[in-house]
Parts: sequence; structure tokens; C-alpha cells
Amino acid sequence: MALVATAVWTMTTLAEVSGPPAEPAFTIEITAHQWWWEVRYLSDQPHRIFTTANEIHIPTGEPVRFELKSADVIHSFWVPALTGKTDTIPGQVNRTWLEADEPGVYRGQCTEYCGLEHARMGFEVVAQTPENFKTWREDQLHGAEEPPNGGTAARGERIFMASCSGCHQVRGTAAGGAMGPDLTHVMSRDMIAAGTLETSKANLAGWVADPQAIKPGTQMPALPLSGSELNAVVTYLDGLE
Amino acid sequence: MVTLSDTTRNNMIADIPIVKPTAALKRRLEAIWGDPPGLAGFFSTVDHKRIGIRYLVTAFIFLLLGGIEALILRAQLAQPGETLLTPEQYNELFTMHGISMIFLYAGPVLSGFSNYLWPLLFGTRDMAFPRVNALSYWIFLAAGLFIYASFFMGAMPNDGWFGYVPYSSAEYNPGFNIDFYTLGLIFLGISTTVGAVNFVVTFMRTRAPGMSINRVPILVWGTLTASVANILVIPCVSLAFFLLWMDRNIGTHFFDVSAGGQPLLWQHLFWMFGHPWVYAIVLPAMGIVSDGLPTFCRRPLVGYALVALSTVATMALGFGVWIHHMFATGIADMSLAFFSGASIFIAVPSAVAVFAWLATIWTGRPVITTAFLFFAGMVILFVIGGVSGFMTASVPVDWQLTDTYFVVAHIHYVLIGINVFPVVGGIYYWFPKMTGRMLNERLGKWNFWTMFVGFNLGFFPMHITGLLGMPRRVYTYGAAFGWGDLNLITTLGSFLFAFGIALFFINVAISLRRSAPPGANPWHAPTLEWATSSPPPAYNFAVLPALASRHPLWEGELEEAPSRSVIDRGPALDDGHQMLGTTVLDAEPDALLNMPGPSYLPFILTVAMAVFFSAMLLQSWMLVAGSAAVMVATLLAWIWPRFSTVRLGREAREAVVSG
Repeated sequence: MALVATAVWTMTTLAEVSGPPAEPAFTIEITAHQWWWEVRYLSDQPHRIFTTANEIHIPTGEPVRFELKSADVIHSFWVPALTGKTDTIPGQVNRTWLEADEPGVYRGQCTEYCGLEHARMGFEVVAQTPENFKTWREDQLHGAEEPPNGGTAARGERIFMASCSGCHQVRGTAAGGAMGPDLTHVMSRDMIAAGTLETSKANLAGWVADPQAIKPGTQMPALPLSGSELNAVVTYLDGLE
Repeated sequence: MVTLSDTTRNNMIADIPIVKPTAALKRRLEAIWGDPPGLAGFFSTVDHKRIGIRYLVTAFIFLLLGGIEALILRAQLAQPGETLLTPEQYNELFTMHGISMIFLYAGPVLSGFSNYLWPLLFGTRDMAFPRVNALSYWIFLAAGLFIYASFFMGAMPNDGWFGYVPYSSAEYNPGFNIDFYTLGLIFLGISTTVGAVNFVVTFMRTRAPGMSINRVPILVWGTLTASVANILVIPCVSLAFFLLWMDRNIGTHFFDVSAGGQPLLWQHLFWMFGHPWVYAIVLPAMGIVSDGLPTFCRRPLVGYALVALSTVATMALGFGVWIHHMFATGIADMSLAFFSGASIFIAVPSAVAVFAWLATIWTGRPVITTAFLFFAGMVILFVIGGVSGFMTASVPVDWQLTDTYFVVAHIHYVLIGINVFPVVGGIYYWFPKMTGRMLNERLGKWNFWTMFVGFNLGFFPMHITGLLGMPRRVYTYGAAFGWGDLNLITTLGSFLFAFGIALFFINVAISLRRSAPPGANPWHAPTLEWATSSPPPAYNFAVLPALASRHPLWEGELEEAPSRSVIDRGPALDDGHQMLGTTVLDAEPDALLNMPGPSYLPFILTVAMAVFFSAMLLQSWMLVAGSAAVMVATLLAWIWPRFSTVRLGREAREAVVSG
């Protein structure tokens, strides 16, 4: 009896959660990388598509569809408080959906063993009221602001373009790398290094100076920057809000 | 090798003399069956008892290695943000922990019991293929050493015991690590396969006259079922390992997405093997409990036929549940529902076994020995592990629980609860038979309680850690998650459990030196292995017994059958290495089997294979060809027909049955 009841519950619950209750208004494409999350907001209008990383904003009270991909090995997308796990598998697109009733920050984590830094491959889902979400989305669509001429930040931008732009994208500039996270609005995010450190100028400096000390094995190399160069780059990044 | 060839069909034996086991007969049999002394005997023995004990000792050494790895992992996880291990060291250690425990301990240790016990339970003198038996042990040892050689090359496997592609492909994982894994496990698979074939044929051909299939102990059902499963599923995973080896080394694209390969193919092939393997490493252990509990409850097992059938049913259903390891891979809902249903209903035969054990204890008169405690403790852990497994069988629940510490808790309740506890209990039970010494009961009780308390203290909190969201296979975690205290308790518990295991080894070491000889049947147990001396002579039984019931040594009390088993007289078969061949279902005497004696061929073949796999690893193709040639030559010498089978005439058959 208990077994049959469990089986029936399993089937009905499965039918209920396998698809969203209403047609989602938009789709977010997630591409898992060793060891961070690329987040791309899709739209019918090409100019309204943008990319960010490791922090997913959604509006409360409506389902959002996710298309899950992988750039390298198998990972798994999990936000315990909002949805179960769905693997991201190279060569195929898996779909899931989630809906948050209350505004808040929900922690997510990779849950398929994917190599050295599987432990430090987190992300956040930030659920906002529809109005706040709309504001955030419009902000994200903007490119980065140009730093004032002649300052430390401007010097930092030049160093960034020479040393970092091969891997990172900053929209509105020449930096268009796709190996690492998009940094256009990096300072607007809660965490850096895929949920590893809280975003602050000091943490950013520590991270850029020696990523391997904080996240051994990360694909980001320690660059041979002098103290003043490091300071300039971090000052530049600090302006990317 | 025993074959029924046409040339021997007319060569029948008219009559077999029925004799008493005289001292002269025993001397004659000892001269026939005894191994040559010293190193010659060590390398050439095919005695199932020596091989069985080797299996046990070797498997326990791998248990120790895997256990030390686990303790290092637990030290790293005791508190958030520890830096005892680098990520790469952690990943290599958890991978080797899994490989050691699942492949090199859990399966082989049960082969050890069955190798040692089967011919004794069957009232015969050896396995059906004694040299294959030696071969399966030597290969097990060589494959284990091969895999651990990776430690000395600083390249231990690092992608888990499941080796998921594409992380295990050459692109993301260059170096020898995964090559040790693929080649080592193909090598080990040969051992498991030939061993399984040997068990199946031994079951079909060498049971004592009268031991029809409704009279075999449950351990035999467990091992037989596991062996059939292994024969069917090991090819799946060996193929997967070989495809991966080719992808990595000779440029094929079976799993390579950029060339049209499919990563999920790996998962299907792996779990088609992997889940049946879980049953293969618990069903014989459940058999140990089913056979051991009645001895200490002083009554036969309740529901013998149901337990035997549920053993087979578990395995049959066990072939249809592998997708429950893949619920999160994006497979269509309809298949999820099917595999979820199968995974739920596989609880039925397991529940049958649990109720049979409980009823046996309830209606018996339990004698609280250490072995009894381990068997009864297993029943409790089995229920906990069963319930958590049942929970993950449900897809929506599994989507939350899979790949968290909840599943780590589940797998350890299954593998430690249903494998390690029965195994240690089984050693307490059969130690006097194997060694002629009793294990110390007082130390044994301490041994049990430290293991039982340590295990539950260590592993029960993992359920909660998992429900709190801690993923598996992470080398560290942040303090902010609040998992630190639970992890500390788990670490303390696992060290206590390890101390319990240490007490077990200490007990073995002490008891081997002190403790009095136990006599043939110290527990007053019902089955045939207790009818011969402790330890048994090389020939097991001077005269071959014939069975009339399931409990030949309890017939005085039980009155199960109208006639009595015949143990004190029977055919001597003392004209060379001879055994009786019987029929598959009813075990009617059928033939006289001429068996091979000690041989170096299994050892030579294993050395050639070890060279072959090492040469494959190093891609030294000349050495590959050379060792392959030696393998072929050895096999030719091996299969050269020398051993004949002689049919028994009607009078001889009747004499053997009636004594």
C-alpha cells in the first residue's frame, strides 16, 4: 500500500513539476564552465540580449524558463530552495524552470563533480519584485561607463585591455573575451569568483593578485602585474557597477 | 577442466564402494590433495580454502587502504575551509577510496567467503574449475596492485569511481590517472568474470548428492545470483572502459561531443553495470546473515523459499533501475516514471528478507554472540539504508537529494551496513572453521559496539548535512553554510568506527596465537562445513556425504525429512583428484570428475596479463605483442585435454545416494 501510494505520489508530483504552471515570459540561458556560470538573458529583440555571470536575477511571482548548456564537462544546476537538480551536459540542452514567491537571495551550487574547483562553483539567484527586476534588467543592458581621462582608472583600463580582455568581456569597450565571466557590471554583483568571495575592492585586489591562492586550479592565471598596475586594474574594475 | 566428451560416454563406472573414513584413507587422500610444501605450493595451489583465505586477507588490506584514505578525507572536511589537502589530492583520494572499497574490497571479500565455503557447504573437495579459481585470485591481486601503482607514479585516478566523461577524457584529464582507472578495471573485470563462471558451474555440477536446489544455503543463492548478474553486466562496463581508453589514446570519438560522441552513453553503460553491482556486493552478504542468524537463534530460517526467491527477484528487478542514477540528466519523463516505479518496487523483495530475519530472531532462542550482534545490527542498518534508498527512488525527491551528502549517507548504510557488518560477523562465525581458533568474544563485543556506535555517529548526521544542501565530492565548504558542526561529528564518528575496525584486526592477531582449538562444530551449526574438522583437511571430506535435508547436522532435533543425511560413510574417490558430479536441479549423482591438481599456469598467465596491461599503459606495443603471445601459449597449455569425466552406472548412483 505504502509503495503504491509512493509511486502514485511520485508520478503525480513528477507530472506537476516537470513543466511550468504558466508559459514563462522569458528564457535565461545558462552555460556552465569550469568553474563558473555564464548567464545570458534571451530575447526576441537581439539588442535586448545581454550576458552576465554567477548571479541570476528573476522577477517574483512568475515562472522563468532555463536552458542549460555546458562549455566543457558535465555540471549540475541546483538552487535547493527553488528547484531540484538538472545536469548541464555538453552537446545537449536541458530545460528547467523556477519560480520564487518571495524576494530574496537564493544560493545555487554545482552538484555534479566537475574537477578541481567543483567545491567553489556557486551562484546566486536574486528574486526581485517585477518593478525592481525591470530596473535591474534595463541597467544591465547598458555598456560600461568610460572612466575619466587621465586618472588611475583610465590607466587600469589600458592594462585591462592588454592583459585581461582576451578572456573577459566588458560591454561598451574593446574587451570581448569569452573564456571568463562578463565583467561589464561586476561590482553590481554580490559575489566574485563564482560565489567564493564577497564583492569588495579589497577582495577583488586579492583575487586578481593571486587567484590560485584563493581557488587553486581556477583557469584564471596570476598575471605579472606590479603593485601600481594591480591597483590601477582594480580601480578600473571598481568602477564597473 | 571437466568435460563430458564422447569418448568417455561408454566408459561407465558400474559400482562405487561405500566406505568409512579410516586413518589409512585420510593419509592416502592427504597425499593426493595436499599442496607441495613451501613456495612451490604457494604459487601452484588450487585449494579453494587457501584461495578463499587469500581473497579475504587481500580484500581486508584494500579495506584498510580505503579506510585510511577516508580518514584523511574526513580530517580535511572536519571544519570549513581547511587546507590539509589540495583539491587535486582530495579528488584523487576520494576516487581511490571509492575504487578500493567498491571494486577491491566489497566484491572480492564476498568471493573470499564463497570460495572458502562453497565446496564445504556442498560436501565436495574443490570448485568446478580449481585453476580458474586460482587465476581469478591472482588477477584480483595483480589488478589491485596495478591500480595502486598509480600512487607511485603520482597519478592516481581522479574522476570518482564512476569516471564520468568528458571530465575523464584526454582533453580535460591528460596524464596517466584515468588510464590506470580504465586498464586496471578491465583487468579486474576478467577476475570477476572468470570467478562468476566458476561459481555458476560449481553450483550446477558439484553439490552433494541429495542437495537439491531447495536445500542450498542462502549464501549460495546470493553468490549464484550475483555471479549470473556479473556475467551479464561486467561486459557493459569493460566495454565502456575500453571505449574510453581508445578515446583517450588512439583518437576515437565515442564520447567526444565535438565529433558527434555522446557523454550519456558512458553513464548508461556504467550504471547498467553499476547498479546490478550494488546488488552483487550485498546479496551474498545478506546470504551470510540468512545462514548465520539461524545458528544463533537455534531454529531454521523463517521463510527459506521466500528469501531464496526474493534474492533472485531483487537481482531481476535490479537490472531495471539503473536510470535512478541519472534522474537529473534530462531524460524524458516517461522513462523517469518507469525507472522510478521499478526502484520503488524493488523494496518488496528486500522487505521480505528483513521480515524473515526478524521472525527468525523473534521466534528463536537467540544466543547473543558477537556474530549474532553483527548480523542483528546489519538488519537495523539495512532498514535505514533501505528507507533512504526508497526515498531517492522517487524522482522529485531525488532531484533534491541526489549528489548531496544524503546519498553519501545512503550508500554507506548500504555498503557498510549490508556488506561490512555481515562480513565481520561472518568472520566471527567461520573463523574457527578457517583457522582452528576462536575469536575472543569479550573483545568481540567491544569490537561490535565501537563499530556500531561509531558508524551511526559518523554517518547518520550525513543525512542531515545532505538535507541542508551540502553537495558530494567537494573538497571544502564555507563556514557560512553552517555545516561545520555536523561535519565535525561525522569525522569523530568515522574515527571511532575506524577504531572499531582496528579492534577487529587486533582480535584476529591475538586470537590466532592464544585461544583453544574449537572442535569441528563449536556453534552447533546445521550445515555441512561444520561436519569436517576445523580447519578442514586439504581433501575437505574423507568420504563424500549425501544429504536428506537442508540442515544435515540438526536432523536429530528437527525431524525435517523421513530419512537421514549420510555423513559418516560414503564414496572415498581416492584414485587421484576426484570429485562427484551431480545433476543441476536434484543433485543426483551423475559422474566421476577427474580434477586438476596444483598448477603454475594461473600464476604465469596472470604475470603475462599484468605485463600486457602495463605495456598498454605505457603504449609499448612490442611488449604488448610479446606478452599476448605468452598469454596464448599459456592458455594452450591450460586447455590441453587431460582430465576426463566418467559417467556413473545405475548401481553406482544408488550406492552413492543410499550409503
